[in-house]
Amino acid sequence: MTIQRRSRTLTMNERDTKTVGNLTSIVGQLYDQMDAGEVPEMSLPLRSKKNIEFNVNTGVWNYGNLQTVRSLKNLNAAHMMLRTVYTCDFIKGQIEEHKSSTLREMYYISEGWGKAKFHSQDESNLLAEDLEVVSKCMREDFKLRPEESGAHVYGNVTFTTQTRKGMKSIHCMDDVAETGFAVPYNVENDIFKIEPTDAKFVMAIETGGMFARLIENGFCEKNNCILVHLSGQPARSTRRLIKRLNEEYKIPAIVFTDGDPWSFRIHASVAYGAIKTAHISDYLATPAAQFIGITASDILNYDLPTDKLSDKDIGALNAELADPRFKDEFWISEIQTMLKMGKKSEQQALAKYGLDYVTDKYLPDKLGDLGLI
Amino acid sequence: MHSNNTTIDNFADIGAKDGAPKKSIAHKLAEKQQEISVTEFFEKNKHILGFDSKTKSLLMGIKEAVDNSLDACEEANILPDISVRIDALGDDEYKIIEEDNGPGIVHKMMPNVFGRLLFGSRFHALRQSRGQQGIGISATIMYGNITTGKPAHVQSMVEGEIARQMDIVIDTKTNRPIVTNDKPFNWEGKEHGTYIEYYIAGKYVTGKQSVFEYLKNTAIVNPHSRITFTDPSGKTFVFERATDIMPVKSKEIKPHPEGMEIGEFQKYAQRSVQKTVRAFLTSDFSRVTPRVADDILRKADVKGDTKPSALDRDQCKEIVKAIGTTKIMAPPTDCLSPIGDTLIKKGLMHVLDGMRPDYYAPPITRPPRSVNGNPFVIEAGIVYGGDIPSDGPVTILRFANRVPLLYQPGACAITKAVSNMDWRRYGLEQRGGKGIPYGPAIILVHIASTKVPFTSEGKEAVADFEEISNEINLALRTCARNLKSHLNKDERRKKTRAKFEIVQEILPMIAQKSADYLGKPVPDLDSSISKIMNVIWVEPTVEKEKGKSKRTITYTVYNYTRQERSLRLHAQLPLEAVNQIDIAQDDHFVEINDEGKAAWEIDNLQPSKHTSVKFVLAGEMADTFSADDVYISGINPVIVMGADALPGDWGIKGMDIVEYESDLVEDDDDDTEEVENLDDE
Repeated sequence: MTIQRRSRTLTMNERDTKTVGNLTSIVGQLYDQMDAGEVPEMSLPLRSKKNIEFNVNTGVWNYGNLQTVRSLKNLNAAHMMLRTVYTCDFIKGQIEEHKSSTLREMYYISEGWGKAKFHSQDESNLLAEDLEVVSKCMREDFKLRPEESGAHVYGNVTFTTQTRKGMKSIHCMDDVAETGFAVPYNVENDIFKIEPTDAKFVMAIETGGMFARLIENGFCEKNNCILVHLSGQPARSTRRLIKRLNEEYKIPAIVFTDGDPWSFRIHASVAYGAIKTAHISDYLATPAAQFIGITASDILNYDLPTDKLSDKDIGALNAELADPRFKDEFWISEIQTMLKMGKKSEQQALAKYGLDYVTDKYLPDKLGDLGLI
Repeated sequence: MHSNNTTIDNFADIGAKDGAPKKSIAHKLAEKQQEISVTEFFEKNKHILGFDSKTKSLLMGIKEAVDNSLDACEEANILPDISVRIDALGDDEYKIIEEDNGPGIVHKMMPNVFGRLLFGSRFHALRQSRGQQGIGISATIMYGNITTGKPAHVQSMVEGEIARQMDIVIDTKTNRPIVTNDKPFNWEGKEHGTYIEYYIAGKYVTGKQSVFEYLKNTAIVNPHSRITFTDPSGKTFVFERATDIMPVKSKEIKPHPEGMEIGEFQKYAQRSVQKTVRAFLTSDFSRVTPRVADDILRKADVKGDTKPSALDRDQCKEIVKAIGTTKIMAPPTDCLSPIGDTLIKKGLMHVLDGMRPDYYAPPITRPPRSVNGNPFVIEAGIVYGGDIPSDGPVTILRFANRVPLLYQPGACAITKAVSNMDWRRYGLEQRGGKGIPYGPAIILVHIASTKVPFTSEGKEAVADFEEISNEINLALRTCARNLKSHLNKDERRKKTRAKFEIVQEILPMIAQKSADYLGKPVPDLDSSISKIMNVIWVEPTVEKEKGKSKRTITYTVYNYTRQERSLRLHAQLPLEAVNQIDIAQDDHFVEINDEGKAAWEIDNLQPSKHTSVKFVLAGEMADTFSADDVYISGINPVIVMGADALPGDWGIKGMDIVEYESDLVEDDDDDTEEVENLDDE
């Protein structure tokens, strides 16, 4: 178990004090209810697609007003409340002692909590998110870190960040191998600076295979851009980095994924905000990000090799039709087209026309339409 | 040995008992002609008699032998001890050995019993018997003769007489036994019984339609028997006797006129010893009074003093027609011998115990009804849970006169009745509310009748008469309701256990941790606990004493409400297992009546206190009581967990509810929180 000690400040800063205060009031509310002889309850926003609303000011999706009530009368809810109290206590201790831990470490630490122990890491992750929602703090405030996400950046951009040998500047083409620069879990300006760049766009790519293909074909050199490998559903810091590049440096953001229902959701979490983290969409989502493909129409227009939609795929597409984030003309038509043809396709299916086809034809076509090439 | 078989009644005269009335020459000639057709009939109709495939032939033979043994033991009031052994000889040839401890067969009769088709068929002697269902052991022996060329070897011993043995081959031309090696012998260690050894071409299989399954199911509905089975691999299975109580002997009755067919009627008339048709009707049938007889004869325009044997076909036709339009009392039903609810339960428990079922729905024995002039009784039971596979369709065990039906389930009224019920209402899965339900259940249905109506001569499926389907349906419904109530109770118990976990473990931990966190004293939780529980909790515990059939049952009653409470507990106990003096020792005990319905009273149980009621059941019937079947009165059942309200048909007035309950349990819906799993990091 490695609980790292950060040796920067020894007294709590204002933000830490506020975080502890918020956690204390959560525990205090439960205590007061028991002290009054009531059945303890906790209410929090309903975290489902039924309860997300579009925020006109920020252009992202946040939780609406629907609440769910956890009552101690329900066994599952009782377990959650018990864990909440233990987790609050754990985080408070961590903040006071200037330590931090990974989400996985917290999951293992709970082994010693008796009935409050988490049975899977999903449970502990979910509770950490619940606490964010209720306390209006962020996971970073709790000194909880995620694991490495596997996301990488390659392209014309320089980051200045803390390394074991002090602050260093790293250019994401000149100073890294062809695998790119690994995105850290914290990309906030205080420890992670983005140097100004003249890159024309940043492109988020779903698969490692396509990321490597574009690097090998010299796509960045040719088009002066930044590539971000999402590695599946993007981690918070990956989304945060794309948002910072887009909003702080006015670099247009593009999303390039496979052509299937799950990829549509990847785009939604980059551009609109994910349902699980809708409380911090303001901080993570890049509303200006544009989806270029693979679209259902691409499958038809480029006559791409396909796979049949599975029952799960069809279910996911139908769920998306009921998802408020997809309620616009483009997505409804794309989803319905895909349902109608019953087929999906992958980014790498473009290799049907040769390895250079994606960089010579497909992307120039698509980016040309957007005026980026 | 009874080989009553309606389809081949036309040939039944051959085997008629001595002393039959004199017949015309033409009739005697006809008899000769028919005699030839017996074997022809058998040859041609192997399939409908059950010898249509190799696997079935093997099973049918054993079934004939075992059914006969059980019938004979029952007749002689002997607890059956039956063993079956199958030896594989190769090339699809098997040696079958079946032995019983029945009354034995007198020497003179042995050749006929084993060597004459349809022998002993007592025409129109109606009674509930197993043998009704087959063509007889002689058919098995003949089939064995034909397929292997080897004689059957039989031994029999009547108590107090010398044992006899002989080899028998059936002459298929004359339907006469050819006996060799007939000699007396000393049957070591045997007092009475019969032994058959024959060779047969067949095929031994395992699974649903196997000898093992047949014997296992036979053991379920014949809990008074002990059955030993040795399979071809030499493995021996013993289905131990579950009870020493013999089934009530079924009584012979005369046929009821309803449901008589013309041919049948005509033959019956010809064999009557009565002098007049009127006497024939009143004496040879049940439920025909002189007035009814006159009524029938008047409608049929037949003179009452006609000799029965002189009735021609047209007259018979008229009489049968007249019977159809005359109101005749339903047949007597006291001739039937149902298995009975406790013995069905015992049988099921004994044989299925390995599957550790959670629940045996109290088996149901319906009141007798009749169809086509034949009385019948339907019995049903359901076993649920434990290791019974839950991912497939339920198992349906079908029985007719205590004989398992293994073939043609789809054509059977029992299967149809199960399929036509909406089991979803009773807690089983069923697509669209029709068809065989899915789930961890075994459904047993037994029909007992003087003449079970089968769909075909193979006697493998019960015919779908409305009267029968209705009765099956009613029986199943009652069982299913009990199952549902068990499942509900189970569900409630789960909820209650969850509440215990909350108030005993989780809440105190939250209180302790939050007090530590805040640096405050641990709050008093009594009020929160009562609000979360808000129930009277009745918890049964059963202690079994090792090796003894003694059980101590304790009901602990907890008051988890905020008021003092009074109530009565009720349970129906098997009287045989109750010691009237001991049971009265409990302070709460009030009474027990002659049906075993007992009551205990609990007075002014204070909030957060508990008390308990204790009694002992001992003896063979002790395990038939299910501790979950406990009821309450004198309190609003809504605030009680672990016991149901005293049913209205219990026949005992419970305690009146004295206080008005305002504090009903809220239905706390599980607040399932939706989270989309696939949407984030």
